[in-house]
Amino acid sequence: MSHATAQHHEEHSIAHPVPLWLLFAVFGALLVLTVITVAVASFDFGDLNIWVALGIAVIKVGLVALFFMHLRWDAPFNGVIMICSFLFVALFIGITILDSHEYAPNYVPPAPIVAH
Amino acid sequence: MAQLTTTPLAHPVGHDAHNGHDPHLAHHFDTMEQQYRSNKTGMWVFLATEILMFGGLFCAYSVYRHNHPEVFAFAHEALDRKWGAINTIVLITSSLTMAWAVRAAQMNQRKLLSFLLALTILGGAGFMVIKSVEYKTKWEHHLFPGRLNVYNKEYKGEAKPYADLLALKNGDEEAAMGGDEVHEAPTAAAIAVPPEYVDPNAGGPDAAKIRANFAVVPGLSDKANEHLEEHLTLSSLNDLDRSRINAFFSVYFLMTGLHGIHVLIGMGLITWLFFRSLRNEFSSKYFAPVDLVGLYWHIVDVIWIFLFPLLYLIH
Repeated sequence: MSHATAQHHEEHSIAHPVPLWLLFAVFGALLVLTVITVAVASFDFGDLNIWVALGIAVIKVGLVALFFMHLRWDAPFNGVIMICSFLFVALFIGITILDSHEYAPNYVPPAPIVAH
Repeated sequence: MAQLTTTPLAHPVGHDAHNGHDPHLAHHFDTMEQQYRSNKTGMWVFLATEILMFGGLFCAYSVYRHNHPEVFAFAHEALDRKWGAINTIVLITSSLTMAWAVRAAQMNQRKLLSFLLALTILGGAGFMVIKSVEYKTKWEHHLFPGRLNVYNKEYKGEAKPYADLLALKNGDEEAAMGGDEVHEAPTAAAIAVPPEYVDPNAGGPDAAKIRANFAVVPGLSDKANEHLEEHLTLSSLNDLDRSRINAFFSVYFLMTGLHGIHVLIGMGLITWLFFRSLRNEFSSKYFAPVDLVGLYWHIVDVIWIFLFPLLYLIH
């Protein structure tokens, strides 16, 4: 009956199942990156430490967003929304840190911690 | 006078069996596809607000850590990396089962869908169990957020502040307490720098105080290795920094606590999906709820992926 083909046709207009091998491949990559994150924490890159950790985290988040959250095949506007939110958080943090340098020398130290 | 005409609608208008529209199609949408695309974009806008909300807490963390790195280097040793890493793997696995559940819904694999949703809930539960064990070990040692924290200058209890958080984590309570001299106010001579604020960016004496506990790595320069050998104890911190230690714990509990609340909310939503899936409500024609809750669950995972290195892997 045409019902089956109509249903089949409509399936293709909305559903896009992610291939199972791809889901597992991304999962494996995430596990490897987690191991790398912990391993890299044992090394000292000086000022770069935080950027190395954040860089690996960004790669992991990129994998989750592109494949688990389907952004790879989604309307690009959804990806723009996500990227913009991170950009604004980066602005927020960056400008606040810059600003915090302006008033810190006026800070009055409180009483020291002693045994009670 | 111009006549108003409307183009014939693409979809059937009635509700009966022969020219009825899909029962899941809301009346303000023309097609199921348009509805689905709107759902997705709406969900992404909500996820952007979630990222911004956590962004506020990440800002507090960043500013505080940037301006007081030795406080964070000392206090973060109270956290156990092993459990943090296990929690990361638990959440990533639950993200896999959730993404797989969305796929199962799209392919009419109903039993598999219910099973995968149940597994995702289990993953979330495992995460919360590990988190509560972590919280409990901290609370046992009077490391609370706020005024109950033993490092807080308004602390009114009887416990003494720990001198060595790494020893405390390893279970060596005696070494953790340090000697009596640790608990007295440091004399002026004992402090290498005056107790005013020292801008760590000035590259002055503060830089030498930032040490961390790692193995010596051959091949790194001597300066780097020297940094790697020692770890901070309470005696390495001056007055001012000692008064700030409780801020680390406030930041830690607020960030992981808010994240934990989101995990619980996600578990509630997935439980709702689970019972709906048992009633066979999802199919290749209607799977949007599974998809959207899946997006929420993945954002919770994304936030933890950032939280883990920033809180647990500080050096």
